[in-house]
Formats: sequence, structure tokens, C-alpha cells
Amino acid sequence: MKARVHVYLKPGVLDPQGQAVSNSLNHLGFNEVAGVRQGKLIEIDLNTADAEEAQQRVAEMCDKLLANPVIENYDIELSA
Amino acid sequence: MKTAVIVFPGSNCDRDAAMALEAVTGQKPAMVWHEETELPEGLDFIMVPGGFSYGDYLRSGAVAARSPIVNDLKKKAEAGVPMLGVCNGFQILTEAGLLDGTLMRNASLHFVCEKAPLLVETANTRFTKGYADRKEILIPVAHHDGNYFADEATLDRIEGEGQVVFRYANNPNGSARDIAGVTNAAGNVLGMMPHPERAVDADHGGTDGLALFESVLGKLS
Repeated sequence: MKARVHVYLKPGVLDPQGQAVSNSLNHLGFNEVAGVRQGKLIEIDLNTADAEEAQQRVAEMCDKLLANPVIENYDIELSA
Repeated sequence: MKTAVIVFPGSNCDRDAAMALEAVTGQKPAMVWHEETELPEGLDFIMVPGGFSYGDYLRSGAVAARSPIVNDLKKKAEAGVPMLGVCNGFQILTEAGLLDGTLMRNASLHFVCEKAPLLVETANTRFTKGYADRKEILIPVAHHDGNYFADEATLDRIEGEGQVVFRYANNPNGSARDIAGVTNAAGNVLGMMPHPERAVDADHGGTDGLALFESVLGKLS
């Protein structure tokens, strides 16, 4: 099965890269863009078919390496 | 005086660190590859050098902080061995959980490479006692991810406990409360973005980093 892990900055953490992207979109004429937050998408191939186990193991991966709890939150999305 | 420098793939200040340590102690440090599982016995000081370990993949210092040698580094930190992480070394120590906070992309998004005036916040640490007569020193910085961040409660705590050792006089990277260097609660682990090892010889253009090494290596006259 596959896991898609979204890692993103916690609310209130400054995201200068997102601001730069937001400014650039405004320059391109996308004036409706009021803000951008930039995160990461990590795709993982897993040798398991057990969704419950996968969820738990991927959360452990996030806590140990994929996300930095000081500044980041994460969401896990599993698919067959 | 027994010292060690840890070397990761992508470290590029390991030799600068070794030269600074040899200049102060008269002995070459052990250069310890990250795949080792144990540091040499009886170390008086350990340095985690700057660079771009693992190309800053995922987050600066994140992959290096999970290297085999880091388990023993944590044990040595708990045992009270003094250690210094500079630049990428600071990022690695925060990622390893040995220091509070984290280092984010510079607020300007620019790589900064300059001599940074630093305020010595306290001379009451094993790393800074040699600066008792100086309030401001000039130390080079060279980084893209030096923007120190921690939540407000953590910042209040480390400031209250005297763990903020250096502040920028002209904050070059957006660091919270101008923080340039912090220690752990026990005071034996220091992380800082500026490079004291690049300011230990007149040919470096300044020697303001020397007193840090002389302080922690017990070489003050």
C-alpha cells in the first residue's frame, strides 16, 4: 500500500518561502491570492496491506524523522 | 586534552574545526566518521562541524541527526562532556533533540555570508568565560538556514535559565529574539550559527573566536 504524508508548518510559524510564492502569484496577476503556505508531500511505498499497522508505523516515521515537531504538523493519507 | 570532530557526508568545516582545536590544544583531534557507533573514550571536548550534511535533504541536519554516531553523542552529552555544534552542527544538535528550538530558512531567503557582530549575553558559561571583558565580538556567519525558532514558552524558559549565550547585534537571518547561540539546560552543549573556528588566527581576519576555544578547553591564563 502507499502512504502520502503531508508535512506543513504549524499556524503562526513564519513561512518566507510561501510569502515569496504568494508575491510572485500576485505579480502574475493572480490578485485573489491572499497568502501561500508551502509544505512537503512525501510518498512512501509500504510492504504491508494492514492499514491500521501502516497508519501507526507511518506516524512513527513522522515523529522520528519526517516532521520536526517544533515547527511542523503532518497528515497521513493511505491508499491501496 | 583529548578532542574529537564528527564528520558527516557533506561536512565542510571539519578541517577548520580540527585546525582550531589543534591550534589551542597542540594536539590533533580524532576525526570520527558518522558511521562509527562509538566516540573515543575520555574525550574532553567534541565538535560537530558546519557544512551541508546530506545536502540539507528533508531539513538541514535532519538526516545527520539520525546517524549511528549520534546515539553515542547523546550519551556523551548526558554524561556532561562539553560539545559545540557550529552552523550545520547547530542544526544537527537541535534535530537530535540535544538543544531546544530549530533553525529555519533565513527570513530574507538570502544566504548570508558576512562578519556578524555578536553580543556575548553571558560570560558565565564554560564556553564564554574568556569574554568576561568583552561585550561585542565579530564572528563570521555563512548560512541559508539560520533563523532560530522556538515557541514563546520555550524562548522565555531558555532566556530565564541563562541558556541564550550569544545574540546578533544586527540580526542577519530573522532569528527569534536575535538568538545566535544557545546551550542545553546543563550547560555542556552549545550550538551557534556563527563560526568561531573561522576566527582563531590573524590570517582569518580576526581572532574573536579564540577565547571560546580557550575557555572550554581550559587554556585561559
